[in-house]
Amino acid sequence: MGQALIRMEGITKRFPGVLANDHIDLEIEPGKIHALLGENGAGKTTLMSILSGRYRPDEGAVRVGEKRVRFSSPSDALQCGIGMVHQHFMLIHNQTVAENITLGLHRPRFFLHRKKVEEKVEGLSKTYGLSVNPTATIEGLSLGEQQRVEILKLLYRNVDTLILDEPTSVLTPSEIEELFATLKNIVREGRSVIFITHKLEEVMEIADRITVLRRGRVIAHLTPNDVESRRELARLMVGREVVLKVEKKPLALGEVVLELRDCSGFDERGHPAFHNISFAVRRGEIFSIVGVAGNGQSELVAAIMGLKPFSSGEILVFGKSHQRKASPPMEEVGYIPEDRMGMGSIPNLNLLDNLILTSYHQFYQHGLFQNEAAREMRDGLLSKFHIVVPNRDALARQLSGGNLQKLILAREFSRSPKLIVAEQPTHGLDIGATEEVWMELLKQRERAGILLISGDLKEVLSLSDRIGVIFRGRLMGVFSSEEEDWIGEIGPMMAGVKRG
Amino acid sequence: MRIAIERRLNPSTWASWGGLGLSILLALIMGGIVFFMVGANPLKAYSVMAAGAFGSLYNISEVLVKAIPLILCGLSVAISAKILIWNIGGEGQLVVGGIGSAAIALFLSPYLPSFLVLPLMILAGFIAGGLWASIPGLLKARMGVNEILTTLMLNYVAIYWLEHLYFGPWRDPMGMGFPGTAIFPESAWLPRFPQTRVHLGLIFGIVAAILLQVILWRTRWGYEIRVIGENPKAARLARMKTTQYILWVMFVSGGLAGLAGMAEASGIHYRLQQGLAVGYGYIGIIVAWLSRLHPTGLILVAIFLASLLVGGDQLQSVMHLPSSVGLVLEGTLLFFVLGSDFLSRYRIRLSPK
Repeated sequence: MGQALIRMEGITKRFPGVLANDHIDLEIEPGKIHALLGENGAGKTTLMSILSGRYRPDEGAVRVGEKRVRFSSPSDALQCGIGMVHQHFMLIHNQTVAENITLGLHRPRFFLHRKKVEEKVEGLSKTYGLSVNPTATIEGLSLGEQQRVEILKLLYRNVDTLILDEPTSVLTPSEIEELFATLKNIVREGRSVIFITHKLEEVMEIADRITVLRRGRVIAHLTPNDVESRRELARLMVGREVVLKVEKKPLALGEVVLELRDCSGFDERGHPAFHNISFAVRRGEIFSIVGVAGNGQSELVAAIMGLKPFSSGEILVFGKSHQRKASPPMEEVGYIPEDRMGMGSIPNLNLLDNLILTSYHQFYQHGLFQNEAAREMRDGLLSKFHIVVPNRDALARQLSGGNLQKLILAREFSRSPKLIVAEQPTHGLDIGATEEVWMELLKQRERAGILLISGDLKEVLSLSDRIGVIFRGRLMGVFSSEEEDWIGEIGPMMAGVKRG
Repeated sequence: MRIAIERRLNPSTWASWGGLGLSILLALIMGGIVFFMVGANPLKAYSVMAAGAFGSLYNISEVLVKAIPLILCGLSVAISAKILIWNIGGEGQLVVGGIGSAAIALFLSPYLPSFLVLPLMILAGFIAGGLWASIPGLLKARMGVNEILTTLMLNYVAIYWLEHLYFGPWRDPMGMGFPGTAIFPESAWLPRFPQTRVHLGLIFGIVAAILLQVILWRTRWGYEIRVIGENPKAARLARMKTTQYILWVMFVSGGLAGLAGMAEASGIHYRLQQGLAVGYGYIGIIVAWLSRLHPTGLILVAIFLASLLVGGDQLQSVMHLPSSVGLVLEGTLLFFVLGSDFLSRYRIRLSPK
């Protein structure tokens, strides 16, 4: 294959108000898996978007072999053998796998040689262990399968350097293993893989070379042998000691705040989403439901929050059943939705309007806005929750992901709810913000019962008192986080394997 | 060279107002080119327009006369747009409002004490326009029917209905065949400011604008409307009654346009006739968007567009230019202002290839 060395020299990229990449030097050797490690916002994706032709650097050069290249589009980069799988897949949902793979290719010019393409795709998927049916349409595929299609798309174009942006965030533990095996297969032929991640264990497991980025700069170039411990790597990435184990003391359990009895419900298309779910959450505990996204969690939460009807069973909030369409009392239930921008906040309204969203009746007396009281509340919450804002009259969309999430927590927790439903509360946040969110949840646990929905095993193990594993809408098992011998089973259970 | 478009993180108010000024200037320059192309001296054309709109107190008062329906129709579009509904049926709602108030003036006023006639006409105009807009409102809220289509189509229904009335059953028997209803009794005339045709409708418009401003930014209703319009999902989370609000807002939106129709019929024409539906409902859409849905700012925009209308009429009578030149100017203006709006939110950078 004789692939050339790729060098990025002094890459600098500015966005309005942000220096995303600050004179970054990076070498990509053929035949190796390179991990690009860093927190959210460290500049990893920007750097790789430059390498894959999506952005153009403000300063600096990219060299393939000895030749300096200037990409003005992703297709230029593909010509040089560099391709990227983005975090959000770029697939046409109502077309087949084979059609997606050939999309944008200049040859064949007009006629699609479907059979030929399908055969080639099948060959590739056999060689690399990327099982997917070339005639299936994308919308029927799981996220893991869609990712395989994206990788096949690059292999079909005979790319030498594959860039994967946070590839494991949508995968089950067993799918992650398969992906890693595939990646090892790919580099064995002299291709190289660049792997963007913020997960330390993945880096240690698979990388040959590690580059740590922090705030747009390279902090270290390492090989796994150089790394003394994960703690050391975490320190490089974050720049300060990170508590990886959260201290939490057991609390005396209070009354039951949420109980589900044999609940079943449907998704938007009318397919069964969850079946016969029963559990109870008491004040003073965090009960987690862990599972890969798309296994019925969001429908379950919508049913609990009264946002969508469910089909059978009973949901009791504070001992009172709310049937089908009715909603639980908003004042005493705090809800952290998964979709921060789409549901949790109103991006185009200001902080004040966002902070009063779920308690606005309090701030309107005789229908008139109580400006003073609301401002006081806002200023108090901004400082109490350490929310960093451009200015106090800013719009919600001007906040970073972590600060927006803290704003939502502040809003929900300020009502002192007795039940909190938190859906993927740290998804997409960096370690610093994640920690703050965790600490807040633990603080709330002292006076509330918390239902935590998460796909992040580490989060669940750090925070929960009890854990339920969900797979295809069923609870595979519920156990206490004290039962250490169960912890190893969670991964397989998330993938549908029950302990035999 | 390559052109990159980037979103501004913090759109500055300075840039957005500066942009507005610049875009008006550019629109005037473009308009000048159009004047040149139809063989007129642009400077002379603009001075004719300016004189026509602001040359005398009477001309200024005529600008205000046209601004009245524009303010009310603009508010009608703005309030519905705030809740994310495109009510482009202002024209039809205006017409139906006019019909409603005319029914009181023509058939009920003989039986009423005269001080009650106008209040009842105002009420009838508002309710008639509001009910007319509630048809698409109901279809939207209950069945999700696209309101852009229904409001637009109902315009034609309303206009033909109006024509049917003044050509047919409501035609003035003493009118010598002139298409129109009988003149309203004097108790049904909106009082005018002395020496002008400016009528009490101006006060309706100003009061409505201030009321809407206060409601939108100071009351719970306004908060709920803004949240529903900006993010319906967040509104559901906060248990807001979206469907009810859509119905109410559509009713009020139609009511404002209906009020414009009432004011036109009872303040200008004193009857129903052909001049009632002359496009104020459509220009109201432009007024609303040029003012960025800002109720009190909308008054100024309405006056500005009215001055273009009045000044444009002068082009026709003084310089014998086609009346469509005025429309071209209006369109150019909208184009540039929307462009500047875009530029205040995004910036364009040129970078060497």
